Amino acid sequence: MTKEATLEPELSHPMDDLLRMDRIPHIWCPTCGLGTVVTAFASAIEKLQLGLDDITVVSGIGCTGRVAGYVKIDSFHTTHGRAIPFATGLHLANPKLKTVVISGDGDLISIGGNHFIHAARRNVDLTVICVNNFIYAMTGGQVAPTTPLTANASTMPYGNFEQPFSIPYLADSCGAVYVARWSALHVRRLVTAIAEAIAKPGFSVVEVISPCSTLYSRRNRLGSGLDLMRFYHDNCEIKHGADTRELAIGFQEKITVGKFIDRDRPTFVESMNNWYGKVFGDEYEPYEGSVK
Amino acid sequence: MTADPKGVLTGAHYLDGDHAAAEGALAAGCRFLAGYPITPSTEVAERFAARIPKVGGCFIQMEDELGSMAAILGAAWAGAKSMTVTSGPGFSLMMENLGLGIMMEVPTVLINVQRGGPSTGLPTLPGQADIMQARWGSHGDYEIIAVAPSSPQEAFDYMIMAFNFSEKYRVPTLVMMDECVGHMTEKIVIPEPEEIEIVPRKYYDGPKEDYLPYNVDTDMIPWMVKAGDGYRFHTTGLTHDERGYPVMNAECQDKLVNRLLDKIRSRVDEIVVLEEDQIEGADTVVISYGISSRVAIPAIEQARADGMKVGSLRMVTVWPFPENRIRDLAQKIGKFVVVELNCGQMYYEVERAAAGNAETLLVPHAGGWVHDSEDIYQAIKGGER
Repeated sequence: MTKEATLEPELSHPMDDLLRMDRIPHIWCPTCGLGTVVTAFASAIEKLQLGLDDITVVSGIGCTGRVAGYVKIDSFHTTHGRAIPFATGLHLANPKLKTVVISGDGDLISIGGNHFIHAARRNVDLTVICVNNFIYAMTGGQVAPTTPLTANASTMPYGNFEQPFSIPYLADSCGAVYVARWSALHVRRLVTAIAEAIAKPGFSVVEVISPCSTLYSRRNRLGSGLDLMRFYHDNCEIKHGADTRELAIGFQEKITVGKFIDRDRPTFVESMNNWYGKVFGDEYEPYEGSVK
Repeated sequence: MTADPKGVLTGAHYLDGDHAAAEGALAAGCRFLAGYPITPSTEVAERFAARIPKVGGCFIQMEDELGSMAAILGAAWAGAKSMTVTSGPGFSLMMENLGLGIMMEVPTVLINVQRGGPSTGLPTLPGQADIMQARWGSHGDYEIIAVAPSSPQEAFDYMIMAFNFSEKYRVPTLVMMDECVGHMTEKIVIPEPEEIEIVPRKYYDGPKEDYLPYNVDTDMIPWMVKAGDGYRFHTTGLTHDERGYPVMNAECQDKLVNRLLDKIRSRVDEIVVLEEDQIEGADTVVISYGISSRVAIPAIEQARADGMKVGSLRMVTVWPFPENRIRDLAQKIGKFVVVELNCGQMYYEVERAAAGNAETLLVPHAGGWVHDSEDIYQAIKGGER
């Protein structure tokens, strides 16, 4: 801690190339999992040896929505819930770019839920990294569509009585081709999952269970960020290929993590090109983007 | 620059306004449409969906209008010319990302084939009651450009005009059609591609390290780049500085919002297109736009036949408002008669600009049909000096 504090600002960081250092310090709280997610994303790009001009990031609104502002690649901070349709347009206009949506559970699964399920159904070639902290953190700790039953939130002051969504189950049932869940503790596995998801053609989803010590933990008296990480350590069970119907997360109960779905299905653009190729024959020029 | 021949269906056609608008978009170089079905606008998307596989481009029917508007912004940032099309209820849903388009300064086009409202209203019948929503529907202070065709030929022509406006000023541009124009079938003539003037996107071509996404010259319009071009830019709906980075304070807000306003406001006279007829020496000037301008013609002709001095001012662009022209005319004439398919929207703008120097009369209509030209005639006659 004290050693870091004395570092000279001109010293470089291994991620300088990927981060907008002119925007650091970031706005996230100490012990938030988002730093880990950004690091894992950067490591995944490195692992894939992707050029930084071949990838774009689209975020919505919320704590995770701010990721787009810190990565030094073409990045878009859009409106609440609309990261996926914005990314859909971006991707369809230039399918050669790897388009990654990084946003939170409230943004993607509540206000953006309709876009999530339809992009999965169409198998739009997007990678969605959904950071799930079980709560609306940016606005002060309101109940989310992922808040476990009985957990406390500022708009469920006596505990949540609404059934939450299980993100992997939702993604699987809507047709996503790659679905994994890891926690912010599982750094190496998270890097692998994000790299696999980006490499996978089609709609891929990586859910990251992420500690929010400022709101979720404080409201529920779960201790510090470190205590949450310890909880993940003790209670996450790795189960690759698990039945996605069995991935619901109860309040302070076991969390099943792993790679659940990895299947092949033609993407939106492939389906369009295949079909129009059949309908129009040689007259049809396969679509590769609308960009001049 | 002239039109890419691939999208131009040169020749004489018999088309309705919706189909003509789709052809106008293709001729303008639009190759991406994200839309959601809604009467009476759906035929635009249908025509585009039928034509695009052969022209080369992409149509996607989105899950809703929220997604449609978001998708066309993303597509524009990737370098496509993009558009969406809707009617009243969908227009309301698009207001959210219309604001994002204004804030990010995205060139794109949105057609609203207006029907009767509020709410579901009259899906199959005309209205012009979204004119103020076009101006003020999204939250915050902004300026916008909107055009109002009154025939299928104009639906074609004004689509090209709208794309050109959007590229030139980096602002989403609205095409405020109405059900009558959308569904009326007339002869339209599509010119040769080389006769169609296209405004190219204002791309940055300086050194990469110097690029700032919202840096502007005296024209107040930033240079654009495409995702994937290596500029590694950031853009946000938050209040931002020249770098595109969020800055949460009143100074940055003042600078940004005023530039967004001024880039349009300082060019009102350059943007505004009005069709004026016999204004010189007129006692009364009839102001109208879209279908109402055609319905006003017999009333104006009858009044002239009766010896009245009546001029006509048809608004081709409905926003920005031609403030200077109306203010100026108000000094010279006795009365404005505003004909619109609503219960008074543009009327208030005219009355405000007239500032008591000329009388302003509204010929209102709640929508569902066009005006009876007799009502317009009586309004012209009633206030004759």
